[in-house]
Amino acid sequence: MEINRHHKLLIGLGVAAAILIIRLFTIQVLNPEYKENAANQSLVYETIYPSRGIIYDRNKKILVGNKVAYDILVTPREVTNFDTLALASVLNVDPEFIRSKMDEYKKNRSRIGYNSVVLLKLIPAETYLQFAEIQYKFRGFRGQARSIREYPINAGGNLLGYVSEVDENFIKNHPGEYKSGDYAGKTGIEAAREVDLKGEKGYHVYLRNSRNQIKSSYNDGALDKEAVPGQDIMTTIDAELQEYGQLLMQNKVGSVVAIEPGTGEILAMVSSPGIDVSMLADIGHHYNEIVTNPYRPMFNRAVQAPYPPGSVFKLVNGLIGLQEKVLVPSQTYPCNMGYSYTSTRKLGCHAHPSPLNLTQAIMMSCNGYFCYVFRSILENKKYGGTPEAFDVWRDYVTSFGFGDKLGSDVPAELGGTIPTSKYYSKIYGKNGWRFNTIISLSIGQGEIGVTPLQIANLCATIANRGYYYIPHIVKSSDGIKIDEKFNERHYTKVDTTEFKKVINGMYLAVNGGPESGGTAVGAAIEGLDLCGKTGTAQNPRGDNNSVFMCFAPKDDPKIAIAVYLENAGFGATWACPIASLMIEKYLTGDIREERKPVEQRMMETNLLQKVKTD
Amino acid sequence: MYNSVRRERGLKNSIDWKLVICYLLLVLFGFMNIYASIHATTDAPILSFDSRSGKQFVWILTSLVLAAMILFIFNPRLWEVISWPTYLLVILLLIAVIFLGVEVKGSRSWFEFGPIRFQPAEISKIATSMVLATVMSQSGFKLRNTKDFLITAAVIGLPMLIIVAEQETGSALVYLGYVFVLYREGLSGWLLTIIGLVIILFIFTLTGSPYISIIILLGLLSISYRAQNGTLKGWFISDLLVIVFLAFLPKICGLLGWAFFEKLKPMGILLTICGLTLPIYAFRAFRKKDNFLWAIIFAFILGLIVIASTNFVFNNILQDHQKKRIEVLLGLKDDPSGVGYNVHQAKIAIGSGGFFGKGYLNGTQTSFGFVPEQSTDFIFCTVGEEWGFIGCLFVILMYVWMIYRLIYDAERCREAFTRIYGYCVASLIFMHLFVNIGMTVGVMPVIGIPLPFMSYGGSSLWAFTILLFIFIALYKEEKKYF
Repeated sequence: MEINRHHKLLIGLGVAAAILIIRLFTIQVLNPEYKENAANQSLVYETIYPSRGIIYDRNKKILVGNKVAYDILVTPREVTNFDTLALASVLNVDPEFIRSKMDEYKKNRSRIGYNSVVLLKLIPAETYLQFAEIQYKFRGFRGQARSIREYPINAGGNLLGYVSEVDENFIKNHPGEYKSGDYAGKTGIEAAREVDLKGEKGYHVYLRNSRNQIKSSYNDGALDKEAVPGQDIMTTIDAELQEYGQLLMQNKVGSVVAIEPGTGEILAMVSSPGIDVSMLADIGHHYNEIVTNPYRPMFNRAVQAPYPPGSVFKLVNGLIGLQEKVLVPSQTYPCNMGYSYTSTRKLGCHAHPSPLNLTQAIMMSCNGYFCYVFRSILENKKYGGTPEAFDVWRDYVTSFGFGDKLGSDVPAELGGTIPTSKYYSKIYGKNGWRFNTIISLSIGQGEIGVTPLQIANLCATIANRGYYYIPHIVKSSDGIKIDEKFNERHYTKVDTTEFKKVINGMYLAVNGGPESGGTAVGAAIEGLDLCGKTGTAQNPRGDNNSVFMCFAPKDDPKIAIAVYLENAGFGATWACPIASLMIEKYLTGDIREERKPVEQRMMETNLLQKVKTD
Repeated sequence: MYNSVRRERGLKNSIDWKLVICYLLLVLFGFMNIYASIHATTDAPILSFDSRSGKQFVWILTSLVLAAMILFIFNPRLWEVISWPTYLLVILLLIAVIFLGVEVKGSRSWFEFGPIRFQPAEISKIATSMVLATVMSQSGFKLRNTKDFLITAAVIGLPMLIIVAEQETGSALVYLGYVFVLYREGLSGWLLTIIGLVIILFIFTLTGSPYISIIILLGLLSISYRAQNGTLKGWFISDLLVIVFLAFLPKICGLLGWAFFEKLKPMGILLTICGLTLPIYAFRAFRKKDNFLWAIIFAFILGLIVIASTNFVFNNILQDHQKKRIEVLLGLKDDPSGVGYNVHQAKIAIGSGGFFGKGYLNGTQTSFGFVPEQSTDFIFCTVGEEWGFIGCLFVILMYVWMIYRLIYDAERCREAFTRIYGYCVASLIFMHLFVNIGMTVGVMPVIGIPLPFMSYGGSSLWAFTILLFIFIALYKEEKKYF
């Protein structure tokens, strides 16, 4: 027979069919791997959840660790009759709960199909072990290990943030990364470093026989994928100092920020009232309590609350005056219980010797002196007008990191406000305002808002004699690289040589001796050479805010700290001892015997009722 | 006497009932398996319109009505007449769907009218087949005539390109099946071989290595040269040994650790040998005026160019998304949606069926949702699991029988139109069969096209019903005048 083209095509058809048939014969009849499946077996995929990265403090102490908890899963289609009461008692739940859940699964059985659903979430390991012993009685039920957060020390609840189950919105906003039932960091470092901390999920594949017993690892685990644990994070926080700061600040409203000036690393950041780590561990149960608390514990005052800085701001004005050459340290100004700027109006001051020079003015925190200083800055002939001179002043102020976010890695940082000349021109008209109009700025009052972090940064800048590193809470460690910007020095517009001229006043304010008139003599610690500046900022809603910033030791600063207490009164009374105690704790590791009463008083005092919460 | 009897032939004898029965069996078997693939996860009764089996039942009934209309109402002459208008309309629809269609699984190829969705790509197969038959059956048409060839290529290529633009690469691939029609109608066998060769080399170079591609090229060319000269035995005695030796050269070098060869690289050795022998063969071809040998030499050089340019074309000319699609197609990379997972599950399902299967409605893999797309593109898994090798063999033999009948009937037609159309139908069914089943058993990459007559879905069932019954109607018409 002659071979035509259509015969060739038919031969091709035969060959193609033969390829398929031979292949099918191999898979279905010859290959034992698939044959083993023939007895009604199927594969079980068990998700292996990675352990989340651990968060350490600067001394490798664990701030946030992990422990194991279990989810109880159920595959409704596999459930046979079981003893509801026995299951309820071993799992520590109401039998009614299990009955209603099983009814619910029955209603949705077509949607669930042969999938597993979570019956109970995160039960403790002890409970699970009891269940595991009698698990064989409950067909279709099994446990799945999850790693949950554990907090060995009550330090930095607000900073650390919490981890919770992802909701639908979260999944939608992170396409492809999360599945329902996964957990993710929602606030604080947990959220900011989610990518590093979360790790990668894995899975194990098992063969299941017809009696729902897991028989063996499928294909010797060839398809298994191990979970990759999350990356550990090392923070700059000193856990002990942080915990100590929280104790001192309990029952008070305000914050403490401590920075290592030589690196910009944040040693402690307290916002009070804050969130206890015990709440973080079980945020679901505490959530209502937290959001209904009138003192708003979720609000991280240290980086979000804009406060008037009060007298600590005098240092900035003094430095600007020095740089602009409108102030020389030996210059004296008189002060007679204040500065009279019109015949009838006067910005008050307290009783102190007069006239005084710059060092004395800082030491005794004279209001009048700094009105003269601020006036000479704004009325500087060089700039041809108050608005122009004001803008020059503003440039100086912002170079200290005020008026805008510092750019730290603390989540949700806000920038505070420093007004512009435009702002005043809008209110008072183009030439409608002068020094007199904005005289409060001389002493850090008025239309100015700074965060405690910015005050602490100012303190670090002065401690460094003229520069700062952007404050940050995450250190570089294995696998974690922090942004280069945190390693750069940021200089202010004031020459570094001017700073020592104000530091002397800060030193004497603390160490001038009991009769010297220094405003912070109570903070003095022998041998530690503290330099500080008090502040008492007016608060229209009640008593004054108590402010204090200081650094130590004077010539080799290891710590710069800012304490801000709402409605507490004089800076010297509350903020000053707290800062001083923290410095002592950090630098010497302990509190001297003679200062124990102060420590006790600070810890026990409750100033909450002084703060209006409506 | 014979003539008068034939003229008297009634309906009973003029319709190819074998094709019709084959069709009905496949559709019924498909329906049973669709129900099997969903029965475990739904509580709806088998014929409820809420379930896929119920919907498929409606599609089947409507398809039978369509088939009856094509057989008994429409004049078979109609198809040739409306072929061009239909084709143009379909082209318009194919373009329109890109802009007006709804997006399903990343490709815009479906129109949606309320609860009904339909895919113009499905009808375009019918229209293209009709136009192809119209064009190629014109008197004086010769494929070797450049103008005719270009028209033919355009008729096939146009819808194919638009479908590629719709990101339905799988559906476009089916159009390659028309090559068989062209081959039957006189396309040079060499062209077919070269196209096949280029595809094979491209795939092997990407999945394997250029080295292996050159070995395969050498093997194919030497065997065809020996076959041409009638010395096929010699190939097995000498050439095969050389080729096997060359194939294992890298391994041998590695095992012996010859520093000299390591430095030279097996690829260098191979190219040197080729470079030295090629002039010898060229001289022999020149002396003996052996055109076939010349063709072999040029094919070899062409092959080397294809291999050398594969990576260049792949990395520099193709765009990223095209690259990705090819990579997924060839299994070089895992698809994010887990194409590899699907095939693995499909193989487990089919493999677990064994020789006799687990029994109807007793499958676990396919009914518990382990195999994705189980009632549409992966319907064959259900057959494999529940009916075993026997069931698979039955299905494949049914298709082979159907394709064989189509070719058999087509060859008996006097009208070129009917013959060519018949070949089109056979080629399309073959492509779907081979690609779909090949995909589920892992000999083809995952390309989402349905199994004709069996997969769930109205568009596909209607399209294949119309496609097939137009041919049966045409064939009936032929027989009337035999």
